Amino acid sequence: MAVLAFVGTVEDAVRAEEDRWAQPRAAMVSTIQAHAALLPDTVNAHGLSPAVLDVMGKVPRHRFVPERAQGQAYADMPLPIGYGQTISQPFIVALMSDLVRARPDSTVLEIGTGSGYQAAVLSPLAKTVCTIEIIPGLGENSARLLRDLGYNNVQTKIGDGYFGWPECGPFDGILVTAAGGHVPPPLVQQLKPGGRMVIPVGTVFGPQFLTLVEKTKDGQITSRQILAVRFVPLAREAQ
Amino acid sequence: MISYLAVAVISAATLAYEVLLIRLFAIVQWHHFAFMAISIALLGFGASGTWLALWQHWVGSRFTLIFAASAALFALSTPASFLAAQSLPFNALAIVWDPGQLLYLLAMYLLLVVPFFCGATCVGLAFVCYGVKVGRIYAFNLIGSAAGALGIVSVLFVLSPSDALRLIAAMGFVATGLVALDRRLVFWPALSAGGTILALTVWTVLPEEWFVLRIADYKALPGALKVLGTKVLSERSGPLGLLSVVESPSVPFRYVPGLSLNAPMTPPDQLGVFFDGDSMTAITRFDGAREGLAYLDYTTDALAYHLLGEPRVLVLGAGGGSSVLQALYHQATRIDVVELDPNMVRLIREDYAQYAGDIYNRPDIQVHVAEARRFVSSSRDKWDVVQIPLLDAIGAAAGMHGLSETYIYTVEAFEQYLQHLSPGGWLSITRWLKLPPRDALKLFATALEALRRLGIENPEQRLVLLRGLNTTTLLVKNGVVTDTESAKAKAFSDKRSFDLCYYPGIRADEANRFNVLDEPYFFAGATALIGTGRDAFMARYKFDIRPSTDERPYFFDFFKWRTLPELVAIRRAGGAGLVELGKLILVATLVQAAMLTAVLIMAPLWARRQVLARSSQIWRVATYFFTLGLGFLFVEIAFIQKFILFLGHPLYAVAVVLTGFLLFAGVGSATSSWFAERIDAWYKANPDRGPQLSAIQLSIIGIIAVSLLYLLILPTLFDSLLSLTDIAKILASLGLIAPLAFFMGMPFPLGLSRVWSGAPALVPWAWGVNGCASVLSAILAALIAMTLGFSSVVLAASLLYAGAAMILRRPLEVAG
Repeated sequence: MAVLAFVGTVEDAVRAEEDRWAQPRAAMVSTIQAHAALLPDTVNAHGLSPAVLDVMGKVPRHRFVPERAQGQAYADMPLPIGYGQTISQPFIVALMSDLVRARPDSTVLEIGTGSGYQAAVLSPLAKTVCTIEIIPGLGENSARLLRDLGYNNVQTKIGDGYFGWPECGPFDGILVTAAGGHVPPPLVQQLKPGGRMVIPVGTVFGPQFLTLVEKTKDGQITSRQILAVRFVPLAREAQ
Repeated sequence: MISYLAVAVISAATLAYEVLLIRLFAIVQWHHFAFMAISIALLGFGASGTWLALWQHWVGSRFTLIFAASAALFALSTPASFLAAQSLPFNALAIVWDPGQLLYLLAMYLLLVVPFFCGATCVGLAFVCYGVKVGRIYAFNLIGSAAGALGIVSVLFVLSPSDALRLIAAMGFVATGLVALDRRLVFWPALSAGGTILALTVWTVLPEEWFVLRIADYKALPGALKVLGTKVLSERSGPLGLLSVVESPSVPFRYVPGLSLNAPMTPPDQLGVFFDGDSMTAITRFDGAREGLAYLDYTTDALAYHLLGEPRVLVLGAGGGSSVLQALYHQATRIDVVELDPNMVRLIREDYAQYAGDIYNRPDIQVHVAEARRFVSSSRDKWDVVQIPLLDAIGAAAGMHGLSETYIYTVEAFEQYLQHLSPGGWLSITRWLKLPPRDALKLFATALEALRRLGIENPEQRLVLLRGLNTTTLLVKNGVVTDTESAKAKAFSDKRSFDLCYYPGIRADEANRFNVLDEPYFFAGATALIGTGRDAFMARYKFDIRPSTDERPYFFDFFKWRTLPELVAIRRAGGAGLVELGKLILVATLVQAAMLTAVLIMAPLWARRQVLARSSQIWRVATYFFTLGLGFLFVEIAFIQKFILFLGHPLYAVAVVLTGFLLFAGVGSATSSWFAERIDAWYKANPDRGPQLSAIQLSIIGIIAVSLLYLLILPTLFDSLLSLTDIAKILASLGLIAPLAFFMGMPFPLGLSRVWSGAPALVPWAWGVNGCASVLSAILAALIAMTLGFSSVVLAASLLYAGAAMILRRPLEVAG
């Protein structure tokens, strides 16, 4: 009995802890929707996909930020996560997840695991998520966290994302969360016909455009600039 | 005599610091802060005039003490204020959305003005204490300044900018010693010697990291250095800029602007080369195997090579050499490479020759260290392909280059390029793709205008415009584009997922297939520009896409005031990124300069006007010296621009023109009282010879006549002198500047002499007001030039000088 009572107490504590974040998370989703409404040309006429918003309303973003920043975890802003990296602004995460259009049978590649939050958002939307991080310490931490939180369809790897992950592909969607000067040819090659890639393109250290690259069923490549953004360079020294 | 030397030394140090500050700002911030450096310097001059006006009775009897102390303070504050200013968290990019940045800008002003205040106090003090020798003091001031301007450019070939900063500081102590020696004082020379030794000790003993230039966080180099394992391998510094070679082993650079989405291969390793901590180019590892360069056939600028075979190629602005490798890949029979910065050439030819495949020592590649326009205009060769690659950073997209004048993209430049194309040859120019379209359409309009000026009928038959994911390339043919060439362009573009935006006969449905835009903006813009309604189209377009010209060479200035409210209103939706910052920063600088001028110069004088002089002449004096302050710098700045193409580089133009102006204005100043006496004597001897003109009026007539004459004859004259050697060109420039500057050196000392004899209490007031006008003139001249062109700046100066002549038509009455 005592053990059961103890387990019950822990469960209550966890639930209370989760409830504490439920309201800010819901507020974050509302903010994302309001932000999307400001950009009718960027987001499709119906707004962001309900499935994406639903997932954003469930993934515990506060677990992906350092403890000292948890108070701002659900604000619509990027936050530092150590190693000189940032966790992307929630709106951008939602927008990129929306643009890549992951389906339950999709295999999605993410370049730049970072905190692991984007992979966690993609996880319920896709069959498999393969994610690559170049900074070993960051990649190992996020892999552990994703496993602990039960995102079991996420495969992680430490390496240079420029060359993609052929063994894990080909991919229905590729999502690049670090800046690049051009679209890496290996990534285009690993995209399935009918697949979509979302990538910031510009200069690594200057302004960029979030760009949607699509491969048609007959293999033709097209692109569309979505939004001016500024992503951090691919990897930074620890701060 | 020796205190004149002290005036010359402190003048040289002050002007050298002004020029150096432009260089330092270019490294730690951006090029357009040059205007701020100029106005800070002039603000210091003006504020010192005010200070002297308020305390003239006290300082008048303490010349040596104040001069020596000011010079010593100059020495101490020169490095200290700059190092303090660069540690402020100022971010120029944030000015649009963060008003707090203006406070940092203000703090920078206040810190950096200190050395100029001290230097100018030395000179102003000499005027206050030795007014009767004003012509001679002014001459030493100007000659010293000329030596400083020329000297610092030479010094920067040898010393790094931070070492040059310390050298200038030491000159302050030298001036302290010189003025003290003149008075045979033992204490001050000893202090001076001690100070100089101290300065030299500080130079060597203080931690080097104290003097490290802190490049703004939002420039490219600091961003690059945050990448894991990235480090600066070497640096080369010169007066043209600081080149930093950077290696990034964990995340290779892979810098290939415009690489096609369909490129089947990855680029080789590269080293990044950052210019003044920003614009990046890359040195590509090349092992001599041509197939390793195949990726260069997948960029928009490769099209020219598909339209003709085995061409002779001219690359204007090679940077790290990518375009040279591209020409090699396409089996060019001969490649002429023009590069402005000798240090960039040395990196590829010497420091990293092995890495770069020793390309600059190949017999089929000729490297020319020269300015592009000057090289083309003085060459008699013709090429099949003239390639102008993409060299500036995409930061230009944020409008940071809006104030940079560039003579590469003007109508006149296009005319010259086209005249150097062999029959059927192609001019190929690549730019970053921007939305809404700016660069591409401005280039398109420029090409059309150049073809028209060359008398080509149906110029639209000679153009091809294409775009990739993030670049556009404009091709202009020396001949009509044939159907075969159009077909080749289509095949080239289809294979690489590039969109053709224009070729003769293009259909709308061909223009927006691969890199899909909401509308085929580029096609629509290009077709509007070839139509009869092009002027109306340019007028209503949100950005300024009128062709730039040698007269108004601001290619990167796309700003329209009309569009600003719209962009600010949509800033939350990304509009802030579209605001062209350059002109806004210029206006912000003007407003701040005006406010500081009012506070530091005018308000104290105005508050004590009754004490300073109970003279009814105060407004005449103020207006005269205000117009002179504006006029002098207007002429100087406009003629610096006029000489850029002739002398081959803005820096050389600044050094030569500034030196010429200061030197010959110094001569004019030194002879001004003699000139005035001769005029008076002549009129006394010939009382019936027409209306009596004063020396001031005659000198101003000289200024206006020579200025206007030069506006008319300089272009033709420069063309005829183009084949001269560099030294001969510099001498010719000085010869041309001499008469104009000689006359310009007169109105100030002649006016000051009149004030000295009529209302001596107003001398510092005159000095302050003149400085105040100068603060504003550099910025105003830039704004006028960007809107109306440099000839308008000269015309404005002529009007100002004419106004000045009218103001002092009557002699000043003796103060009450």
